[in-house]
Amino acid sequence: MALTAIEIYKLLPQTNCRECGFPTCLAFAMQLAQKKASLDKCPYVSEDAKAALEGSAAPPINLVTIGVGDKALKIGNETVLFRHEETFHHPCGLAVLVPSDLDEASLKQKATRLSELQFDRVGMIVGVDLIALQHVPGSDFRAAATAVAQASNLPLILISDDPAAMAAAASAVADKRPLLYAATAGNFDEMVKIAKEHGLPLAVRSEGIANIADLAAKATAAGVSEIVLDTAPKTPKDMLLHQTAIRRAALLKKNRQVGHPTIVFAVGDTPAAKALNASVAIAKYAGIVVIDFDDPALVLPLVTARLNIYTDPEKPIQVQPGVYAVGAATEESPVLVTTNFSLTYFTVEGDVSASKIPSWIVVVDTKGTSVLTAWAAEEFTAETITKAVNDYDVAGRVKHRTLIIPGGVAVLSGKLEDLSGWKVLVGPRESAGIPAFLKSLPKLAA
Amino acid sequence: MSFEMPKEKWRGAVNQVKIGATAAEGGTRSSTVTVGGEATLPFLDFEGDTPNRPVIAFEVLDLAPTDWPEPLVEAYGDVFGDPAAWAQKCVEQYEADLICLRLQSAHPDRGDSSPAQCAETVKKVLQAVGVPLIIWGCGDNEKDNNLWPEVSQAAARERCCLGSAVQDNYKTISACAMADGHVVITEAPLDINIQKQVNILVTEMGVKPEDIIMYQVTGALGYGVEYAYTIMERTRLAALGGDKMLSMPMLAIVGSEAWRAKEARLPEEESPQWGRRYDRAILWEAMTAELFLHAGTDILVMWHPEAARLVKESVLSYSAASTESE
Ligand code: SF4
Repeated sequence: MALTAIEIYKLLPQTNCRECGFPTCLAFAMQLAQKKASLDKCPYVSEDAKAALEGSAAPPINLVTIGVGDKALKIGNETVLFRHEETFHHPCGLAVLVPSDLDEASLKQKATRLSELQFDRVGMIVGVDLIALQHVPGSDFRAAATAVAQASNLPLILISDDPAAMAAAASAVADKRPLLYAATAGNFDEMVKIAKEHGLPLAVRSEGIANIADLAAKATAAGVSEIVLDTAPKTPKDMLLHQTAIRRAALLKKNRQVGHPTIVFAVGDTPAAKALNASVAIAKYAGIVVIDFDDPALVLPLVTARLNIYTDPEKPIQVQPGVYAVGAATEESPVLVTTNFSLTYFTVEGDVSASKIPSWIVVVDTKGTSVLTAWAAEEFTAETITKAVNDYDVAGRVKHRTLIIPGGVAVLSGKLEDLSGWKVLVGPRESAGIPAFLKSLPKLAA
Repeated sequence: MSFEMPKEKWRGAVNQVKIGATAAEGGTRSSTVTVGGEATLPFLDFEGDTPNRPVIAFEVLDLAPTDWPEPLVEAYGDVFGDPAAWAQKCVEQYEADLICLRLQSAHPDRGDSSPAQCAETVKKVLQAVGVPLIIWGCGDNEKDNNLWPEVSQAAARERCCLGSAVQDNYKTISACAMADGHVVITEAPLDINIQKQVNILVTEMGVKPEDIIMYQVTGALGYGVEYAYTIMERTRLAALGGDKMLSMPMLAIVGSEAWRAKEARLPEEESPQWGRRYDRAILWEAMTAELFLHAGTDILVMWHPEAARLVKESVLSYSAASTESE
């Protein structure tokens, strides 16, 4: 946590020698506290003071990077227990388990499938983030890691308690920056050695929460800089308690020993139960959640939950402005206009879809605000709607020239007709009225 | 050195509210449900009491749904149009803790059934099941105000939850609830200040805080779940911080919201990339509910029995003791 000016002042020499360029040590301390000056301007600061100040500037939960390139996953650096206090910063990674004893072709097929397990949420692509390759004793872990790394650019987690297997696999794919899982009390020194040799992030696992801080501290002392914690909870309840304890200790108690992101293996008797517990792990602080299924019917809800929980409460999700078809829209289908606030769009889309009347929705860029807010802020006006209709070439998609606008902004009709040259129909005030409105809509003339 | 569980010291707690009344209490319910009372965040029983588990209310409509997707028709199709049989099926087959009866047919656009007809439906459902009832109006303010005197009277002394009182329409429902011994559900549009305001208005009319349940208009997974999640979390934190006007237990409407999502609605033929529709639809509803559980909801109003079963199991697993002694 950041130190106050007075706390910093106490660490300075307090001689007011002015060499830092400030009249007094206190003036310098005030600048430091506001991060407007850098400590190296004072030539007399002690090593202890330096360490204390640098330590205080470090985030309470370390950042860990797994993988390389644009698929690299960054987790950690979280600052709050509750979304509304700020936001959750680095979306939790979703990993799918793959056993290493599949033949090469199956491994590659599976890896490719996971890379392609993606969903489009109105312009946002969400999917699985990591492949967790689990070493099955007797299989060639190195060959399996190589095969998976060739077939997919998703970051890897290498899972084995056997240091020999881990060393072989890690050296084969070290340039992909996998997460090594895991150092335990039983294999600690050897696992640390492998992680250090390749400069890779390392997970440490304790059975239960009691020893996790000690184990993590030992890894830090041994020189591992990027650490992920696993407390191996046996039940959902233990998972919730462990996750809460670690996040609270790191943020509220400033316990640096546990200031690392966590990894959770979803527990549960059935895939559906595991998926539910995985959603709780997403909401309650996990850095990585590992699941052992890749059924899209179960993965889609999870990636959606992750997207929702990690939405910045200050910046609501926006829909990419443009024109969207709902159902098999044709050149005779109605055209509705709305804003790009995700909730507004999804509500309108849901109601249009419920009407079973294929339609077009023109989404105007209103900086993520709802209809009435956007209208009040002059983001949803005759001008912005006309611009959207022209920019997205709505005229090229339909033969008629009729726009349906939300009832709440009926006042825009006249000006919009003049500016756009389209006829304007005023739709219902509430989105729920859309199905009835569309059903009673006469055929639109070309 | 063993790692210590960091504990918070909370000043307040959620109110405890009892729903339903047995014969000894002047009603006819064979069982009652008590919710609330938590003196900590959801399931964190190591630092505060969690005397009552969250419960699931099954929603029953007094009109046969015309647009429900197949998995729901499979579960309830045989009792559509017969709310008493529907409620009975929920209790006997699906082990509902409560029934949430929605008097849709009263809406001027949906049949405009009379207060007497609605009262009759309520009586039939009360006779058909022994669990407590949540009774929801049709959503049209004027009509609901006509409805409540007769409907509330038909269930007098049964200690039902009546929903809902909103900022600009709370008087009739509150007066009826007080006269007939019911609990009032106060509603707000995802706004913690409005929620508090409605609670103040309703209590100023004389409704006791222990006779109030709060409801924020809910959003489903993928469709605003994060707003509701955070509003509920903030509300629970306010209660734990000692804000008496935000200390009522919370209710979430999950079923109707989750099944609006196209991920739950679209059949496989139209969305093959999303996997089996049954599985994803069930999980869509269950996961929406699961997130609300962990934000602090006490009553989940749900639709599909399998989603409800999954969530009930989850409630049990998070309410169980930790396997590690501290
Ligand atoms: S250089 Fe260091 S000792 Fe000198 S005034 Fe600045 S802070 Fe104080």
